[in-house]
Amino acid sequence: MADERRQKQCTVVLPTESMKVMAESVGVQLQEESCAALSEEVSYRIKEIAQDALKFMHHGKRRKLTTSDIDHALKLKNVEPLYGFQSQEFIPFRFASGGGRELHFYEEKEVDLSDIINTPLPRVPLDVSLKAHWLSIEGVQPAIPENPPPAPKEQQKAESTEPLKAVKPGQEEDGAIQGKGQGASSAESKGKKEGMMRIKPRSTHELSVEQQLYYKEITEACVGSCEAKRTEALQSVATDPGLYQMLPRFSTFISEGVRVNVVQNNLALLIYLMRMVKALMDNPTLYLEKYLHELLPAVVTCIVSKQLCLRPDVDNHWALRDFAARLMAQSCKTFSTTTNNIQSRITKTFTKSLLDEKTQWTTRYGAIAGLSELGPDVIKTLILPRLAMEGGRIKAVMEGPVVSNIDKIGADHVQSLLLKHCASVVSKTRPLPDVVDQYRADYGYLGAVLCSHVVKARAQAALQAQQVNRTTLTITQPRPSLTVAQSGLGGSGGVGTRAPSIIKVPSSLTLMSTRPGTPTQPSPPATKYIVMQTSAGAASTQQVITLTSAQSGSPVTSTVPSSPASLQPLVKVESGAGTSRPLQKYIVVSLPTANANASLDKGASAGAPHVTMEPSVKMERSESPAASTQSPH
Amino acid sequence: MAAVQDGPIESESDTETKTDALSDGAGNITGSSTGALSSPPNAASSATGTSKSMAPPGPENQQTLLAVLQYLKKNNLLESVDILRREAGLSDDGGDSPDAEGSGGSDPAVKVGEGGDANSLLNRVSIATAAPVVVAAPAPSKASGGESQPDVNVVLSAYSQQGDPALYDTYYTGLKNFIESVLDCHRAELSQLFYPLFVHMYLELVYNSHEQEAKAFFDKFGGDQECYYADDLRVLSSVSKREHMRGNETLLDFRTSKFVLRISRDSYQLLKRHLQERQNNQIWNIIQEHLYIDIFDGMPRAKSQIDAMSGALAGEARREANKGKVFYGLLKEPEIEVPLDDEDEEAENEEGKPKKKKPKKDSMGNKSKKQDPNAPQQARIPLPELKDSDKLDKIMNMKEATKRIRLSPENLPSICFYSFLNAYQGLTAVDFTDDSSLIAGGFADSTVRVWSVTPKKLRRVKSAADLNMIDKESDDVLERIMDDKSASEAKVMYGHSGPVYGISFSSDRNYLLSSSEDGTVRLWSLQTYTCLVGYKGHNYPVWDTQFSPYGYYFISGGHDRVARLWATDHYQPLRIFAGHLADVTCTRFHPNSNYVATGSADRTVRMWDVLNGNCVRILTGHKGPIHCLTFSPNGKFLASGATDGRVLLWDIGHGLMIGELKGHTDTIYSLRFSRDGEILASASMDNTVRLWNASKAFDDVETDDFTATTGHIHLPDNSQELLLGTYMTKSTPVVHLHFTRRNLLLAAGAYNPQ
Repeated sequence: MADERRQKQCTVVLPTESMKVMAESVGVQLQEESCAALSEEVSYRIKEIAQDALKFMHHGKRRKLTTSDIDHALKLKNVEPLYGFQSQEFIPFRFASGGGRELHFYEEKEVDLSDIINTPLPRVPLDVSLKAHWLSIEGVQPAIPENPPPAPKEQQKAESTEPLKAVKPGQEEDGAIQGKGQGASSAESKGKKEGMMRIKPRSTHELSVEQQLYYKEITEACVGSCEAKRTEALQSVATDPGLYQMLPRFSTFISEGVRVNVVQNNLALLIYLMRMVKALMDNPTLYLEKYLHELLPAVVTCIVSKQLCLRPDVDNHWALRDFAARLMAQSCKTFSTTTNNIQSRITKTFTKSLLDEKTQWTTRYGAIAGLSELGPDVIKTLILPRLAMEGGRIKAVMEGPVVSNIDKIGADHVQSLLLKHCASVVSKTRPLPDVVDQYRADYGYLGAVLCSHVVKARAQAALQAQQVNRTTLTITQPRPSLTVAQSGLGGSGGVGTRAPSIIKVPSSLTLMSTRPGTPTQPSPPATKYIVMQTSAGAASTQQVITLTSAQSGSPVTSTVPSSPASLQPLVKVESGAGTSRPLQKYIVVSLPTANANASLDKGASAGAPHVTMEPSVKMERSESPAASTQSPH
Repeated sequence: MAAVQDGPIESESDTETKTDALSDGAGNITGSSTGALSSPPNAASSATGTSKSMAPPGPENQQTLLAVLQYLKKNNLLESVDILRREAGLSDDGGDSPDAEGSGGSDPAVKVGEGGDANSLLNRVSIATAAPVVVAAPAPSKASGGESQPDVNVVLSAYSQQGDPALYDTYYTGLKNFIESVLDCHRAELSQLFYPLFVHMYLELVYNSHEQEAKAFFDKFGGDQECYYADDLRVLSSVSKREHMRGNETLLDFRTSKFVLRISRDSYQLLKRHLQERQNNQIWNIIQEHLYIDIFDGMPRAKSQIDAMSGALAGEARREANKGKVFYGLLKEPEIEVPLDDEDEEAENEEGKPKKKKPKKDSMGNKSKKQDPNAPQQARIPLPELKDSDKLDKIMNMKEATKRIRLSPENLPSICFYSFLNAYQGLTAVDFTDDSSLIAGGFADSTVRVWSVTPKKLRRVKSAADLNMIDKESDDVLERIMDDKSASEAKVMYGHSGPVYGISFSSDRNYLLSSSEDGTVRLWSLQTYTCLVGYKGHNYPVWDTQFSPYGYYFISGGHDRVARLWATDHYQPLRIFAGHLADVTCTRFHPNSNYVATGSADRTVRMWDVLNGNCVRILTGHKGPIHCLTFSPNGKFLASGATDGRVLLWDIGHGLMIGELKGHTDTIYSLRFSRDGEILASASMDNTVRLWNASKAFDDVETDDFTATTGHIHLPDNSQELLLGTYMTKSTPVVHLHFTRRNLLLAAGAYNPQ
């Protein structure tokens, strides 16, 4: 092992290709031998500088080597530091390969000065300040948020999984010295104790007086009437690191509380208890796995119980079900493993009550909510197929003979719940043309309403996508390279199939693919290329610049008409393959829509005939950038 | 003098090129011939035992001076000659003081003491003193440049002996086989040879441009070396061409300083016989030229003993280097006469104090009325007069001391942690005042910030114009001069132009020192919060600085490999402590202010005598650059922490390692003894503060005469027993520790959200 590493140390040298590339970048052609000689020399110097830089890192009391360390090391050698690398974090070197060459390069972004001027100044970073806390009081580390949790999660886990080996921290059982060292030294004490197996004492859950007081305060505040106090208590439960000893009490408190209050139909208390569950789950220092058997049934009860409040027609017990369903989804996400199978067990429970004919509307609502929160996949496989049947049931209540008011309200809630969750899933999975009749055929009674919901959802998604695009356009500009790459390759591929694959590898492709055809090879970053094109271009391109930078009203209106046109040029760009300049000018304009268009293409290519729908959608989209650019003013 | 000081780098490079040119031309002949010449005295002195090698320092110093004078004359620097003459007269006086024999350990110079005619002696002396100091100490290096040209040449071209490159492999393998076949008791000792031989054989190959062979040699045997040499091996591995050998400092160390090994006589005889039988001249030559084998009579050492002491860049310290007497006792506290001011409260306490003071003094051991035999004479180095305010502070200190909590393993200190928030990884140094009222931070953005941790806010002195209007006769004039408008909890001081790596308060809280990457040490006033002086001397980053416990003096150490002793009212250093082979990373004053300890990236700790500038202790054993040092309150012990995560404890009187505390997993950045010396606290990059049972560690060591004389000590592996507690922070590397006068532990670090 060590041998291998050493050998590597000895032989690591910069590849000669790097030398060649660097030489080329300053316009020098080098022989192979000189490259080899140079690379050895350069590697040596770099190692030397790195070794010096390490010194600065050590003295700077950091674990991370920063660019300033390198600068200081260079200064030691009387070399001018490298300016412009001021990143505190890592520098994103990018990797590109192609044409038999591999390159790592630093992508320098072209920054528009007017952008910098126009953006509001970032907040001034906070000044250095000093804060004192007790790290230890007479040898014992207090459990306060400033200190790390006395028993880290791993240890709590180890305790629950290997109860015999565990040494209870914080308890003075292991004599004066090690006990003083307390939980933090448990690694050592554990090491010492490993030899002798010991039986775990049965009464490990004793609480100190302070802890008992704390427990009393917290539980009282959590279910009490004062909302301010409750918030504070929940905050404490969610953040305090030293609660693990009280965790069994809390979980019993919650499960018992739910049991009693469900019977008494005390909605408010149930809500409070669920909030406690949420707080416990939010606390990063607790190892909850041990107490799920108490907590999860309580949560499920709050989701699917037939009655949760005294007056189901007036009280909003639906909110509680929603909240508890979200909690359940969260715990499924965090705690589900292959051994405990929480998610599948929960799903089964919900599905059973959903399939049951006699299930009441309240329970039905809970089951659907619980399933929906588990994610789009669950919705797709378990709820969508049942949509028609549920629709029929709702129809029976809505349009049938008047039953009780409660049933009607229940059906109403189930309907809106179904629509809410299904619409988003359908809009993502179903191919585009949203025809009401087809929806009705597929989903029955709810089809028509669902259709309108889906259309709405799609529109919203498109709008969001565009907003995201607009920002990426103005600040970072990797997108242009994407389109150029398309133009370079354009001659050969089809439109729809190619788009997604190119999205994955943006600029690497650019660099290589431009090489054969275009004269732009020496300038490595693709972004530069774009800007040169635009500045050299005709009048219409200047509008582009104003669109991206100034965001003023009038130029926007002048470009917007061009952007619906840009959808066609995009097709033309492929055929033109970047040979004619005016076409490339459009590229920047078409950017905001290009991405949305790609997804549109993707959606469209997979779907059935869609000629009639498309223009309207496009129009909508092409108007939206104007709206979004103007909105900041 | 100033002119000379500015030019050390140039002179250095000059000599370098010259020697290289020379060695390229005639290197072979001169190299081998002088090499042969130089070996006999070494061998003689080492073989005949080391007792003789304690050369009288007088003639030694004379020779060095002579060399310098000669050089100065040659360059028509008459003024400097005069100054030096005068200075020399002074230093001779100093040399008469009883501890001057301590100089024996200072440098390789000593060993060449007798034999040889005056001329060669002179050359030797100058090169020996100059060699380790190359970068820093200006005058000697110049001297060497002028005088001992041939000798430097020898050092450089020592590698020019042309053996068959293909045979190196066989030689090394032969030796390896031999060492593996000897008796177990000798194997461990002889194994020490591997590393230095490996290094020098590799360098020889590189120097003679056998690049391929060198690489193959490294690949084959590099993995065999002890893991603690990994850092040096990494440097070595990057050197593959002769040209690289030039500016590389680590290599310069290998070439100019002899690697010191301690081997028992039996093992040495064994080795010698083997090499003679085999006619293995290549290896024998290397041993003669680049190694210093310190032979002792007695049992060969065990592997663990060797491992404990090895690891330093140039091997272990020679035994005689640590023989000199060190006055580690504390100075007698000045008698503070009863009420200085007639406040009632003060007077009452004065009444009570003598009684309370007694028991405490006894517990502290050597503070009793009569002079401690180990303490230096009171006026050995001139110390500033106590001012009234200092006396007040002393009284406060004593009052606090009476309320001090007695610490013990059952009674651990509380730790108060000061987190620097929003420091953005920029906190580089921290210091507390002795009374724990102020905390100062040095930052990577070149600022120095001072916080008040008591409710008392920081105030500036009023401007000169305003001061004029104050009634100077009034009783509360000290209060009146302060500008209330400037009161704030923190003050920022700008002045440095690079990260601030070292920071230190003066004991009277009037001054603050900071050292920085920009090569300066700055003195700040805590009255006006402005910079008073910038001390220039280190031309490279200054890693650490510290005020003397008595104020006035301070020490700084930096990348230029020297530590400098300054007085606040001199713009030039009073002493330059040269000898470390790599950066001086931390500096610490002994509580009696007569000595300073420096830790270095060459993995040694050295102690220097402030009076005569001699190196009195070289402590080896760390396996990584040393980053913190601390003396025990009674002055007897020293603790050092390094990047290897280990704390080593040293007995200063004997120059022995007496303990090793393992537990930290990352660089240790701060160490402190509690005020009563019972507990040692260590703070590390691994986000923990650990407490160790210091008194037990010191008591456990049995120092019989044998271990004391040979320095071979069995370290009990009892870190786990000595560890009293580990306290994790959430995500804060702990940078500094401080015990308040009542034994509350303060820790500081910058919160570093992941």
